[in-house]
Amino acid sequence: MIAVQPQLQASPGTAQPQSFARRFMARPAGVGAAVFLLLLVLACVAAALIAPDNPGTQDLTDVLSGPSAHHLLGTDTLGRDVLSRLLYGGQRSLLSVAEGLAVVLALGVPLGLAAGYRGGGPDRALSRGAEMVMAIPPIIIILVVLAVIPGSENAAMLVFGLLGAPSMLRVVRGATLKVREEPYVTAGRLCGLSPLQVVRRHVLPRVAGPIIVQASIFAAYALLFETGLAYLGLTASSNSPTWGGMVAEASTVIEQQEWLLIPSGALIAITILAFGLLGDAVRDAAAMQDASPAHRRRATVPRDAARHAAPACPPAAPTADEAALLSVRGLSVTGQGRAGQTLVVDSVGFDVFPGETVGLVGESGCGKTVTALAVLRLLPGSLAVTGGQAQWAGHDLLAMPDRAFDALRGSALAYVSQEPQSSLDPSFTVGSQLAEVIRRHDRVPRSAARARAADLLRQVELPDPRRTARAYPHELSGGMAQRAALALALAGRPELLIADEPTTALDVTVQAEMLALLRRLARETGLAVLLITHDWGVVADICDRTIVMYAGQVVERGGVQDLFDRPLHPYTLGLLRSHPSLACAGQPITALPGRVVPPGAWPTGCRFAPRCGFADDACRAGPILLTEHRAGRQARCVHTEQVLPDEVSTR
Amino acid sequence: MLSLIGRRLALSLPLLVIVPTVTFLLAALIPGDVARTILGTDATQAQYLQLRQSLGLNEPLLTRYFTWLGNALHGNLGTSLFWQQPVTSLLDSRVPVTLSLVIGATAVATAVGVVFGVVAALRAGVVGKIVDAIAMVGLAIPNFFLGLLLVTWFAVTLRAFPATGYVPFSQSPGDWLRSIVLPVITLAVPGIAVIAKQTRDAMLEVLDRPFIRTLRAAGVPGRSIIGKHALRNAAIPVVTVIGLIFIGSLSGTVLVETVFALPGLGGLVVQATSQHDLPLIQGVAVYFTVAVICVNLLVDLTYSWLDPRVRVS
Repeated sequence: MIAVQPQLQASPGTAQPQSFARRFMARPAGVGAAVFLLLLVLACVAAALIAPDNPGTQDLTDVLSGPSAHHLLGTDTLGRDVLSRLLYGGQRSLLSVAEGLAVVLALGVPLGLAAGYRGGGPDRALSRGAEMVMAIPPIIIILVVLAVIPGSENAAMLVFGLLGAPSMLRVVRGATLKVREEPYVTAGRLCGLSPLQVVRRHVLPRVAGPIIVQASIFAAYALLFETGLAYLGLTASSNSPTWGGMVAEASTVIEQQEWLLIPSGALIAITILAFGLLGDAVRDAAAMQDASPAHRRRATVPRDAARHAAPACPPAAPTADEAALLSVRGLSVTGQGRAGQTLVVDSVGFDVFPGETVGLVGESGCGKTVTALAVLRLLPGSLAVTGGQAQWAGHDLLAMPDRAFDALRGSALAYVSQEPQSSLDPSFTVGSQLAEVIRRHDRVPRSAARARAADLLRQVELPDPRRTARAYPHELSGGMAQRAALALALAGRPELLIADEPTTALDVTVQAEMLALLRRLARETGLAVLLITHDWGVVADICDRTIVMYAGQVVERGGVQDLFDRPLHPYTLGLLRSHPSLACAGQPITALPGRVVPPGAWPTGCRFAPRCGFADDACRAGPILLTEHRAGRQARCVHTEQVLPDEVSTR
Repeated sequence: MLSLIGRRLALSLPLLVIVPTVTFLLAALIPGDVARTILGTDATQAQYLQLRQSLGLNEPLLTRYFTWLGNALHGNLGTSLFWQQPVTSLLDSRVPVTLSLVIGATAVATAVGVVFGVVAALRAGVVGKIVDAIAMVGLAIPNFFLGLLLVTWFAVTLRAFPATGYVPFSQSPGDWLRSIVLPVITLAVPGIAVIAKQTRDAMLEVLDRPFIRTLRAAGVPGRSIIGKHALRNAAIPVVTVIGLIFIGSLSGTVLVETVFALPGLGGLVVQATSQHDLPLIQGVAVYFTVAVICVNLLVDLTYSWLDPRVRVS
């Protein structure tokens, strides 16, 4: 009991009001709406005190006048002061909204809490009932009420509240379901609080946000509805003004005085808008609260980090290798976040030569995928290339015009992604997607495209190509979908295939088949492959050379065999040692300690230093350069000599 | 496909019973005497008793309900108290007006909303904010106020369209079109706002999916990515909203037909309310419910056409 108590104290329900209020205050539209509504309510309540005129006082010598010093908003058909009538009319409209809202809250909130917290039978019954009520067109029901009790606005609004309650019930139920399983609620239950106490203390504060949002939405609809009924004259009473009634009155004199329409109509619209803006602001403020503290911290770090990281890139990129198919130099990618810019990929350089398979290796979050997407010009909007080049047949892929690059898509560079199922359009058959790509590249009639689609599916070793062509992506297994995606990538007869973890999502047996297929294709067609992976088994299986990335930088490069035998960088060494199938007999498998430092938090010195057993002050002093150790072997480490002998002895 | 239609119908048909039942029970259970309300204060006791008799108010509630329901199942929705005509024939003659408006408004809202939404998805930032702002305002303006503003500008000042009245299509297609332009726009505005926002959100979500990258990298041109692949997948949530817009427009006709003095179901039901013509209101409830069921069915069929996964399951 005592142990649980602090946890209860830490319940977000008790900690949140202040911070929520602060976040809400940061939204000018929401604050403006709240202030407007507050002033409106005060003004209408105090109408008797502040209205310049009695709403019923007629002045037939001054009818339909526009705004003037005497009548700020003009006068109506009987010379009555429009501003005064609006203030008095607002009493009725706002009271109606309050009536409806009271019903919605009184019914929707407790029933929603009960349905969400209890679950089971009561939940099903309440949800089913709510669904049924929500399907009934409210206007018709209200009209029945008004036909039986003519002119009764109270009855109309109570029934409107009744019809609005199910929406509130659903919102509260959904929010409660989410909160119910959270630790502090469970703890409250376990330490003997009654359900009512748990709900009141721990659930209600957490679902308050959605309730306020739904209440504002309902208020907006209620006002729309109330003024509509008054406009139709179904609830208007002859002696007191209503907003809707004033619009109706103005509509009879549109030809003489257009102005009269504006004060009442605009006030209704602005008030509804204010309810809407209030709801939006509360929703946004509440949504931010769900973001974890870690999330928020990350959002604030990047600015300094970008400044720190900047000097790490060498100013001039080395020249491209002309023999290479793809020669990347000094590639930098920057993320644009709310809190500023973050360097994500830092001066990456590598070459892929015709026909070879190159592995791009590193843990998740090292920038491998971003590097690939940058070369393919497929970066999402939040990321942008901020430096470097990618030479392809004498042209810089990153600098060429969109149209020129589009011509290379699929025919020079192709791409296979990690998720086999979601990498095909679910709405079209495999064959139709293949045919579209084939027709784009080959400019052949439909029938020829279909034939070639079948050929491609055969080439990627899919059984029964014709049936596969007719299938939708969801009808394929993961392995089949990945083969189909590969067929799509090969349709333009590319020279370089960039494959991003093409086997990660597949079963182990299917992985082996997929790798065998890639190897066969590379050998038979001379296709060069840039293979992104974190799996050394895959690298050992099919790669000729390897590039190791860590924290946005290349940290080591070399031929696969050489790199396996003599890793130069402690990171490579650590990765190799932590791989079960590569570890040597009698040697313990050691997991690499710590985690990849996220972009924005990179240290000024060696970025691997915090996780490295060899690290000393020299590593932390400043940026480490990628240095050539011997021909074809580079590493970004000042202690390569210490790394080496250790590993040689183990092999 | 047939079984899908069957299943959907089985789910939505209860509505056809529930809505009239609710209106019937409401009319019966609300405190207040319909016969007294209809006659007003000047009527004699004999007139009052006779009206109660002709309304069947002396029968027990259940008897009245099942008589009404039985008649309704045979296509007889009773007789209008005010018009003294069969409800169905009164309503049938007005259906074309309301359908013209609602179908027109849904079509306009869909066309304009989807274009706005796609543009906003592709030009994030300022354009997205503008679409948000327009959506907010479009939803906040009460349709009767918007209708009157349009009348003021386009009918009174510019004389481009008639302010009120309806011309049947069979009489003059051109005049028919002119007579429904302003009401259709009035009804369509909130729909445009909702559809634009939904389309933008759906497009942004789809454009973020891996298959967009795969197809783009394989060489599918940008216009096919947007116009074919992204739009087709984004259409699924948008279709739901279009169905809701149709149903919302149906309710909207109650006000808009009154503003533009159009002889449709919406205007009629308002008159029926002031005339305490319960059979007529219940008749409109049945007609609206049938329309809602048809639209829901159409939405479901569209789903299965758009999404192959629905088709199979």
